[in-house]
Amino acid sequence: MTFGRDILTILAVTAGVFFFFAGTVGLLRFPDPLCRLHALTKADNLGLGLIVLGLLPWADGVWGGVKLVGIWLLAQLSGAIVTQMIARAVRHGGEAP
Amino acid sequence: MSAGWVLNSVLAVLVLGVAGAIIAVRTLFAAVVGFVVLGLLLAIVWVRLAAVDVALTEAAIGSGVTGAVLIAAASRLRATEKVSVAEQPGPALRVGAGILSALVAAGLAALVVFAADPAPSLAPAAVAHLVELGVGNPVTAVLLAYRGIDTLLEKMVLLLALLGVWSLAPDMVWGGAPEVSAGAVDGGALALLGRVLPPVGIVVGVYVLWVGATDPGGAFQGGAVIASMWILALMAGLLPAPAIRARWVRRALVAGPAVFLAVGMAGFAWPGGFLSYPAGYAKPLIVAIEAALTFSVVIVLGLLAAGPPHHGPGR
Repeated sequence: MTFGRDILTILAVTAGVFFFFAGTVGLLRFPDPLCRLHALTKADNLGLGLIVLGLLPWADGVWGGVKLVGIWLLAQLSGAIVTQMIARAVRHGGEAP
Repeated sequence: MSAGWVLNSVLAVLVLGVAGAIIAVRTLFAAVVGFVVLGLLLAIVWVRLAAVDVALTEAAIGSGVTGAVLIAAASRLRATEKVSVAEQPGPALRVGAGILSALVAAGLAALVVFAADPAPSLAPAAVAHLVELGVGNPVTAVLLAYRGIDTLLEKMVLLLALLGVWSLAPDMVWGGAPEVSAGAVDGGALALLGRVLPPVGIVVGVYVLWVGATDPGGAFQGGAVIASMWILALMAGLLPAPAIRARWVRRALVAGPAVFLAVGMAGFAWPGGFLSYPAGYAKPLIVAIEAALTFSVVIVLGLLAAGPPHHGPGR
């Protein structure tokens, strides 16, 4: 049981770190703002989501788990909206920030 | 060499790197973004130092609200930025600034290297009277009981800061409302966030205020969270910014300091001293003061971020 929990945590957090890493590389290397935004959303949604998933077995009771998932959902919400706003600004302004 | 040591080293390198980057970048906007990142990193540093109260304040005020104010300032200064960047300070100023910076850095380094061991601490004294006060968080006890006068003056300084911002307004719009809007780039996304996030944020802010009596949290941190929800609603255009001469604005601004001062004055009558609480009533009084302060902090921080009045007061 403990072993399975450890395996889940290690796999999920490692995968999450991979997505954060990929997102950061994309942010630094992609040619234009829209592509860079695309890379960033992967880090927010999948990276943070997988890390939260990996930490869930270690959560402090049910409420601790709910808080972790809540943090992920809030990060998703703000990430999605900020991405929309930046993309719109890029399209209307035309100039790369 | 534990994992904590590695994390601490990475944090220290990141903080120094970001601080250097803030000085090195060419545009004001990039420097402000660096400042916000630095604030978040410092919040993690404070957590590592087990100073969760300071971490909350740093994240909410140092990074969040100050970041919003600085971004607004940077976008207002964009028109004049080229001129100010082109200005080069003279050699005397450069050498002087360099010597002063070196002196400050050497002084700080000396403090760290030759620190007394064990470091002098008032922590036992702060914890000793927690039971009589009825609050479980020693930081709240220091802020509201042992050093209440400092906190009272700090809240009044906030009002002075707001007056300073307001006084930037030209005479003809004095008393009017600030202009807070994200502009035409939005298209509904910000309005969605402005509708969905405030219910969550207000609950979190009130929780942070309430829990401040026993755990890390308090008026300033909770107020900053609620204030950022107000700023969000203002920026999304969901709420009109209030005219600064509106009576409710003025009353809300002084409510917190006024309650604090009234309780402080009442201390003369009962236990016999300014800002001293009668035995057994310390906790309810502290919570009442904190609640009133939170209310004022929300309005002060919101209006600080909103900036000076922009439209005339109308009639």
